[in-house]
Amino acid sequence: MSIVDRWHATRAGALWHSSIGKKAVMAITGAALLLYVVVHMLSNLKFFLGPESLDGYGHWLRSIAAGALGYEGFVWMVRVGLLACVILHGVAAVQLARRARRARPDRYRTRTRVADGYAVRTMRWGGVILALFIVYHILDLTTGTLNPHGVHGEIHANVRADFDRWYVVLAYTVSVVALGFHIRHGLWSALQSLGAAGREQRTLRRIALGGAVFVCAGFLSIPFAVITGLS
Amino acid sequence: MKVNLRIWRQADADQRGELCSYEVGGVSEDMSFLEVLDTLNASLVARGDDPVAFDHDCREGICGACGMMINGVAHGPRRATTACQLHMREFRDGATITVEPWRAKAFPVVKDLVVDRSAFDTIIQAGGYVTAPTGSAPDANAVPVPKHDADDAFTAAACIGCGACVAACPNGSATLFTAAKVAHLAKLPQGQPERYSRVVDMVAEHDAQGFGGCTNTGECTAVCPKGIGFDVIGVLNRDLLTATLKRQAR
Ligand code: FES
Repeated sequence: MSIVDRWHATRAGALWHSSIGKKAVMAITGAALLLYVVVHMLSNLKFFLGPESLDGYGHWLRSIAAGALGYEGFVWMVRVGLLACVILHGVAAVQLARRARRARPDRYRTRTRVADGYAVRTMRWGGVILALFIVYHILDLTTGTLNPHGVHGEIHANVRADFDRWYVVLAYTVSVVALGFHIRHGLWSALQSLGAAGREQRTLRRIALGGAVFVCAGFLSIPFAVITGLS
Repeated sequence: MKVNLRIWRQADADQRGELCSYEVGGVSEDMSFLEVLDTLNASLVARGDDPVAFDHDCREGICGACGMMINGVAHGPRRATTACQLHMREFRDGATITVEPWRAKAFPVVKDLVVDRSAFDTIIQAGGYVTAPTGSAPDANAVPVPKHDADDAFTAAACIGCGACVAACPNGSATLFTAAKVAHLAKLPQGQPERYSRVVDMVAEHDAQGFGGCTNTGECTAVCPKGIGFDVIGVLNRDLLTATLKRQAR
């Protein structure tokens, strides 16, 4: 038995090998990332409670289980987990996209889409936009390299310095809207890929739309409050 | 009425094809789309030209032989309707209609609008059956089946294997076809003993035939002439994942 056969004989290998299994991997990693995004969005709202609240929260996050893991130990565990999810999600997406290309080498000369919407058609490129945004976002607010203020621990001031600039607000808005579209199709699609979507498809689609709007509104409330001078 | 047809002409799998324009007059709105192709072919033959090759058999929407992209939509503009049951009243007088074959790696063009759909047969051979000898049709209700299971199985079994789902899918996936066949048997008592080996084998064959993966776009169910719903794909996914987990436990 070769190494490849042995890998396919395992549960994980069999899952990864099949087109449906890969979708399940995308669904589970996507769900983990979505959970993170929702927590991130909700904690962002501490911005409205002032610098002590937001900066204090940042410090508190880093000191979770500091006794056992050291300062920032917990944060690093989460980061490694997120990175693993992003890699699995992205690799499966690229492999499935390439498989789809191979499945139709000769394009239609006339093509009319009858069912899918904007969210469905932008999943792949939207995902690329999100990946680029994540890189920028880390360099901006995690390392502070690209941040106009860029002082470690002064989260509130860094965010405010960002959103005083219209082009940062624009880039951020485009990315958050891309995230919204990704969630709108992705959340529903994940439930379908895991076999959870039965007859209640309409309800599930509505939940996905509601979730997307909720996440977008939460993330966008901060830049718009800053740039309009409301906060 | 009169229509302008732009039809894909391709001599065989190895030749390059192209769209050719034909004007067809004397079209009645009660004619089916295939009858317009018949009319065109009669005039092509009379001129000594090669008629347009297309698949058809029952012409009453039950065999699944016919199928072509009509203006970029599998089986044309009317929902839940095969090309043979599509009537010309769906089109305006003087309309230009583009007709292409199903396009997928696993469905090579044989000639013009005819494609080789043997890949579907191969997927069925991989597990779309029950191995128990069933003899002649059993008495009704000899095996009790709950009403909603019977309904679901019947709806899934309505698949005629025409290939429209593959043709419409942006990923060139045959997931709806495979799912209909899996769901049909998964809902019935006769299908239970081989339920999980069936789904693994059929999905493996689906992938091996070079079909793409499903991204839940819903294009397939929108064009399915039998109106097979997206829920069968949920059954397929659930059974495949269950089977994958079970295999290790065995
Ligand atoms: S010819 Fe039989 S379904 Fe159209």
